[in-house]
Amino acid sequence: MAAKLTFAERQVALLILVVIALVGLAMAALGAGDAMGVHGFIVLIASLGLIFVLGASLDAPAPTEDRSREYYDDPIKVGIVLAMVWAVIGMGVGDWVAWMLAYPDLRFDAAWSSFGRMRPVHTTGIIFGFGGNALIATSMHVMQRTSRARLAGQIAPWFVLLGYNLFVVLAVTGYVMGVTQSKEYAEAEWYADIWLVIVWVAYFALYIRTLARRNEPHIYVANWYYLAFILVVAVLHIVNNLAVPASFTAAKSYSLFSGVQDAMTQWWYGHNAVAFFLTAGFLGMLYYYLPKRAQRPIYSYRLSILSFWGIVFFYIWVGSHHLHYTALPHWVQTLGMTFSVMLLVPSWASAGNALMTLNGAWHKVRDDATLRFMFVAAVFYGLSTFEGSFMAIRPVNSLSHYTDWTVGHVHAGAMGWVALITFGAIYAATPIIWRRETMYSWKLVEWHFWLALAGTVIYIFAMWNSGIVQGLMWRTYNEAGTLQYSFMDTVEAMHPYYIARAIGGLLFLIGAIIGFYNIWMTARDVRGEVHTLDHPTGSEAGEPAVPVAE
Amino acid sequence: MTVKDRDPLTGHKTTGHEWNGITELNTRVPKSIWWFILVSHLYALIAWVLLPAWPGINDYTKGILGIDQRDQVEQKVAVMRESRADWREQMVALDVDEIRADPALAAIVAGTGPALFGDNCAACHGTFGQGGPGYPSLVDDAWLWGGDPDTIMETLRVGINADHPDTRFAQMMAFDGVLGRDEIRTVANYVQSLSGIESDSDPDRLAAGEKLFMDNCASCHGDDGTGNTDLGAPNLADDQWIYGGDDQTLFTTILKGREGWMPAWEGRLDEADRKILTVYLRDLKDRKATQ
Repeated sequence: MAAKLTFAERQVALLILVVIALVGLAMAALGAGDAMGVHGFIVLIASLGLIFVLGASLDAPAPTEDRSREYYDDPIKVGIVLAMVWAVIGMGVGDWVAWMLAYPDLRFDAAWSSFGRMRPVHTTGIIFGFGGNALIATSMHVMQRTSRARLAGQIAPWFVLLGYNLFVVLAVTGYVMGVTQSKEYAEAEWYADIWLVIVWVAYFALYIRTLARRNEPHIYVANWYYLAFILVVAVLHIVNNLAVPASFTAAKSYSLFSGVQDAMTQWWYGHNAVAFFLTAGFLGMLYYYLPKRAQRPIYSYRLSILSFWGIVFFYIWVGSHHLHYTALPHWVQTLGMTFSVMLLVPSWASAGNALMTLNGAWHKVRDDATLRFMFVAAVFYGLSTFEGSFMAIRPVNSLSHYTDWTVGHVHAGAMGWVALITFGAIYAATPIIWRRETMYSWKLVEWHFWLALAGTVIYIFAMWNSGIVQGLMWRTYNEAGTLQYSFMDTVEAMHPYYIARAIGGLLFLIGAIIGFYNIWMTARDVRGEVHTLDHPTGSEAGEPAVPVAE
Repeated sequence: MTVKDRDPLTGHKTTGHEWNGITELNTRVPKSIWWFILVSHLYALIAWVLLPAWPGINDYTKGILGIDQRDQVEQKVAVMRESRADWREQMVALDVDEIRADPALAAIVAGTGPALFGDNCAACHGTFGQGGPGYPSLVDDAWLWGGDPDTIMETLRVGINADHPDTRFAQMMAFDGVLGRDEIRTVANYVQSLSGIESDSDPDRLAAGEKLFMDNCASCHGDDGTGNTDLGAPNLADDQWIYGGDDQTLFTTILKGREGWMPAWEGRLDEADRKILTVYLRDLKDRKATQ
């Protein structure tokens, strides 16, 4: 890592790390006795560890080769490995809490293991740990290749990647200690949020600066989506996390919003986290890795334009559909509902664009599990966006809201779409990044595919059944006009579905562990090393790059 | 690549750009998509005309149907109240035995009681009212405040140690510091002897325990330990225990004291619901008797 930096860059990196270490030390000292103190130690240890790594090669000779002649793939390698580490953690915790819902004693009576703390560890581990690392890693890969330009900056990619992971660690360890803002998907407290803003602005700058030095006249669709993801997530994160710390030496803070405004802000954020984190970013992945793997042209550029602008325009309105039949004014609910229905068309247009792109490559879908991951992901994307628009219609929502149907829906999206497209993208990217001919084992990719698909199908069927049973039981009246079932009756009715769900999750987790092993072995397996023509270039013939000013 | 190629498979032209081997066709947007857009936007337009939808500066468009969710809920609640009014009035007016004797009302109790009890009482008292450690059984004959219907109705209304102004109040003091640890063990043995629990039955010890009991416990639990429903003091001479009659539990109870807590249901459940619960307790007791 440090060997590829010049002496001056090493000094800058060292300076940044020392500043972070000092901040960690201050947090540890001032926040002693509070969770903030523990976080201070985590920050301190992380930065000291990196200082140690950097210091070990501080005197190593400076790189002699012209770095602008090759892509900067080292951060991508680390990003892919971190994504898989978080996948195993996030899915492992997820499956544990799934079993815990069926058998509550699996909590083992500890405070830290309560469902209320473990559930955000699962969601943050998956969305931000697994999804976020995969997005950062693949965005760096896609951006460099589709721009034929090296990443702008030597330190910035590492700062973004490692800084981002520090945020996820602070978030997750905070939940275990009981630190939370009680905002779904934004539970991390104020200092972690401020840190993420710094990291995210660096990410945005890195992306824009790399794009600015591209050797292609046009910006490829995948980059539109990645940019929308980075830009809008920054806005969402900052607004929803506006809060006043109760003290600057403790974790607790109070949101700037209260009452129904707080709820609306939260779900404006929450649904657009789905839109711009879990949809736009992963559509960026889809738009690069799917046509690349299928070796087919994108079906329609015009459809790409229509769906991109449709998605970014309509999504931002629909958050209020999370608050149907609440204190939120009726008119806001109508807008959320109608925009959700209009959103379906651009969503399906992207799914359709992906599937039509596979025309002429269906034999590859049959033979190549990596491409099949992406194909099935596009199908699940279409299914879950249809389901989402459907559930946003108020009368439907009156049945589905607060039930496991919502949980099933979100997992159709998270497992079927987000995770499958990520696995497909990672399997496509790994051999390229590590300069291997293929993955270590294509059979293991097949195993992963079928385990992941089986797990997803079992999971969502279990939750559809559970959710609809639950929703119907809640609204069943007897002849006298009183409720037929107590809440506990509905919980008992869900028990078998909870077991089925946990089994589905277990299959999915096993698949991810196999995938991690396969990626690890691919990275270690030097037998398949190949050197293909894969470098930044300003010439049509693929000549090595005209170095762009660093 | 600036020349627009033609894709041999579909016959469509590319846009003429290429990124890392990826090209794009310039295929027209399929007609079905435009139809789809038309339909979904028409749906939205119609909804905006019919329903409250767009905000202005101080107000919002009300929609020609004039619907508002608050009114809708109020109307639905009113209709529901109306449809149940007959039997709910009877529920309040009649006493427990009359309700049980009336087949229609008894059926309503049988249909409504389980969910009402399940949602409000079962979390502490158990699904079938059997109680558990710290929570009294509702299907035995041991009552803290009395088991006749009027008393049960009153307990439901005001709760025990609750925030209701008329709440029933009961507290067993902690004897830590008042009695020595040996004295606590001694009086505990005496209490055990009242209900026939096997324990240290040395006559001298029991005599000492009895004296301690008379001095410290009898004012609430009675000279014979049979309790006092006016004070909510439990009967110690029967075989029903809320917290347990074993050595360790009794020791803890006397050392630390006890204060049970039951919410006041007035304001949350109306009188008809509370009556249904009172009647339903009889059903539960019958159920236990037939098992």
